Amino acid sequence: MSDEIIVVDQLHKYFGSVQAVKGVDFRVKRGEVVLIVGPSGSGKSTVLRCINHLEVPTSGAVYIDGVHLEDKKTNINEVRAEVGMVFQQFNLFPHLTVLQNVTIAQEKVRKRSKEEAEKIAMEQLQRVGIPEKAGSYPRQLSGGQQQRVAIARSLAMQPKIMLFDEPTSALDPEMIKEVLDVMLDLAKAGMTMVVVTHEMGFAKAAADRVVFMDDGQIIEVGPPEQIFGKPQHERTQLFLSKILAH
Amino acid sequence: MAGPEIQIPDVSWRDNWREFPWWLVAIFGFLIVMAILVFTSENIREAFLFIIPGIQLTLYITLAGFALALVLGLLAGLGRISSNALVRNIAITYVEFVRGVPTLVLILTLAFVLVPAVSNAFGVDNRNVSIELRAILSLAIIYGAFLAEIFRAGIESISKGQMEAARSLGMNYRQSMQFIILPQAVRNISPALGNDFIAMLKDSSLASVLAVRELTQRARLYAGSTFRFPESYLVLTFCYLTMTIALSLLLRWYEQRLGKDSR
Repeated sequence: MSDEIIVVDQLHKYFGSVQAVKGVDFRVKRGEVVLIVGPSGSGKSTVLRCINHLEVPTSGAVYIDGVHLEDKKTNINEVRAEVGMVFQQFNLFPHLTVLQNVTIAQEKVRKRSKEEAEKIAMEQLQRVGIPEKAGSYPRQLSGGQQQRVAIARSLAMQPKIMLFDEPTSALDPEMIKEVLDVMLDLAKAGMTMVVVTHEMGFAKAAADRVVFMDDGQIIEVGPPEQIFGKPQHERTQLFLSKILAH
Repeated sequence: MAGPEIQIPDVSWRDNWREFPWWLVAIFGFLIVMAILVFTSENIREAFLFIIPGIQLTLYITLAGFALALVLGLLAGLGRISSNALVRNIAITYVEFVRGVPTLVLILTLAFVLVPAVSNAFGVDNRNVSIELRAILSLAIIYGAFLAEIFRAGIESISKGQMEAARSLGMNYRQSMQFIILPQAVRNISPALGNDFIAMLKDSSLASVLAVRELTQRARLYAGSTFRFPESYLVLTFCYLTMTIALSLLLRWYEQRLGKDSR
């Protein structure tokens, strides 16, 4: 078993004639927290979505724990059960209660009994701090609460990796902290995380490495102090000057 | 709870007569007059008593046909959005074929061309296939194509993020459809399904061309043998309108409740 749990090899992705990702190599070690930053349209979300095969690479390969995702013999559902994903728009299931949101995949994919699934669900809801909302429907929750339920929903599958696609971008400012706190706890607990975000505070507190992407390529990689403190590349400096200006 | 007093506007319907559902009064007026006539007029009562047993077959054909149409519609609707080109084209061919031919013509074609062809292929004498079954199959095939478009629209109305979230949790396509997408889609399209049920109840009258003794066929038989055409067809209209108005009021009430729930 290799120490590298995510291996992305020469990833290219076209949407029609537009090339979103232009040859990305990217590796993540077990327990590492990696941030991907970059301007919109830089291909960072596409790379993330290739890691759990929501996007299929045009060429290149992705390996999760040694399993080649693009191989036709790979059961992608088994891999996805090990890779949690948190979306910008939460994507909770509106017709199910919070508890059912967190139990359904456990029952259908992990084949856990209802009792066991509910027990694990309550533990995870406890962990994200809203066990009292178990019986509510998503529409009755604030954005921050919904995102925390979404995190609990992924965690209940007991994944090896958690992917976050701009998890705080759709939130009102006062709700960002409650979500980041949960993510911070998760990072401290040793979860392997890949996070697309612009949250500098989270980067400094939790990230082992920051990857800066622009125009479908990785421009610069380094520890957060280096990327945010003294970026080497001109494009990184330009991007940081823009997001730090306000 | 001592808040500011809310002024409830005085909505006596004298001011609001424009909003009053006069159409309902008119329709109920017609139904009530007909009901009275059934009790008071000898000829109307006789026509009514001859025609009304047909309601059993009308309801049977409609319910059985609609149940089958739901299955066909769901399959064809899923086929319409399939990534498999063959499946998708079969579904589109079915839907477009049915939409391009008048309902009455389709019933005749399906009952007297498709059913014999299929039953011969399976070595069954097609005279053993009852006209009721032919009517049910015809209506199911026709409405299956309409429902397919409703199902497709309903599934496509659910945001892509729902499918992505379900798949990212490891659920396969079928599980994601069954547990996440379809429950939401069916709820959204339930008023449209209700409307098509009412439409199918009315179109079940076309089964009379196959000589199925449902309401319309019985009215035609009665009119033909007694020459009481006005009585027969007034009673027939009365029967259908009673059922459709009751169903559409039920549907309006359900839609309002649905609207309140999702707020």
